Amino acid sequence: MSIFKKLANKISRLFKKKNNISLGFYGPPNAGKTSLANKICEDWLGESMGDVSAIPHETRHVMFKEKVEIEHNNKKLIFKLVDTPGITTKIDYEDFIRYGLKKKEAQKRAKEATEGIIESIKWIEDMQAVVVVLDASKNPYSQVNITIIGNLAARKIPVLIVANKIDLRKADLKKVEAAFPEYKVVGISARTGKNVDKFYEALFKLVK
Amino acid sequence: MVKKIKGLTLEFMPYSEIRDLDSSKRIKKILDVVLNNRIIVLQGRLKVDEETRLIEDTMAMIGHVKNFKGIELAVISSGNGSIPIFQKLTQGIAKALVGDTASMTIIGPASIVKEIKKNPKKIELMLKK
Repeated sequence: MSIFKKLANKISRLFKKKNNISLGFYGPPNAGKTSLANKICEDWLGESMGDVSAIPHETRHVMFKEKVEIEHNNKKLIFKLVDTPGITTKIDYEDFIRYGLKKKEAQKRAKEATEGIIESIKWIEDMQAVVVVLDASKNPYSQVNITIIGNLAARKIPVLIVANKIDLRKADLKKVEAAFPEYKVVGISARTGKNVDKFYEALFKLVK
Repeated sequence: MVKKIKGLTLEFMPYSEIRDLDSSKRIKKILDVVLNNRIIVLQGRLKVDEETRLIEDTMAMIGHVKNFKGIELAVISSGNGSIPIFQKLTQGIAKALVGDTASMTIIGPASIVKEIKKNPKKIELMLKK
């Protein structure tokens, strides 16, 4: 990125009104980014944002929801929600065949998924705040998680970590907290709605 | 230095080999080795923006290079292993921005390396059958 573009972005961030905050949802595939974005949209707009699936890489394009007004403790903020495809270092179409997709369908999904990851990474610099969504039942120490958060830290973009799927038996919120002690970690279940109020509280603190 | 174990090749890449290269050439050099089905043990680590660039370039190659399914990547940081990753990250953000020779990076083709598991005292490469 050129020095001028970096400077323009910084100035834009400084002067952008707090009422149109670009909030990105980043993380590995199948962590529940779209489920959380859907939960927020359903809570405040009465409609969902995107489809979810047990098959990884259901979200293969960056999706937006403009002007989502969220109210918490008598304060209102307006967000532009940016749901991104899950980031990973590998994609094998044969993995999708194991979920029952036909070969051509699996290959198409793999191609779109690779393009989606590139798109996700390109959007990072436009975010004013990011929610990194992790699956609380999986090992948080993966290099992809570290790379994503390291990149956000280097750009000084505020980060909130959501440990999703705390309703699962294998979920280990303490492990996620131990991995990222410098960050606020909120354990939620986007599926059941558990602790979503705590998420809103943390989100308002993040962007205040 | 090349060490062969039952047909598996681990290639040690000293930091001096990439120190004077720009980001594009660094990543190209790494991916060239991985595309030859070798696992790289790199002295040091890439800058944070190079790590994301490596992911982007890897994604761009999947589908264009036959049988290439991506990479497995792990960085082992220097210092006390009991320090949580993000304490290391924040302590060493300057290092991460310019490259950190005291760390070690392992990068392998996903067609060979299924998973890299790490804990403070050991690193395990789970290989595909």
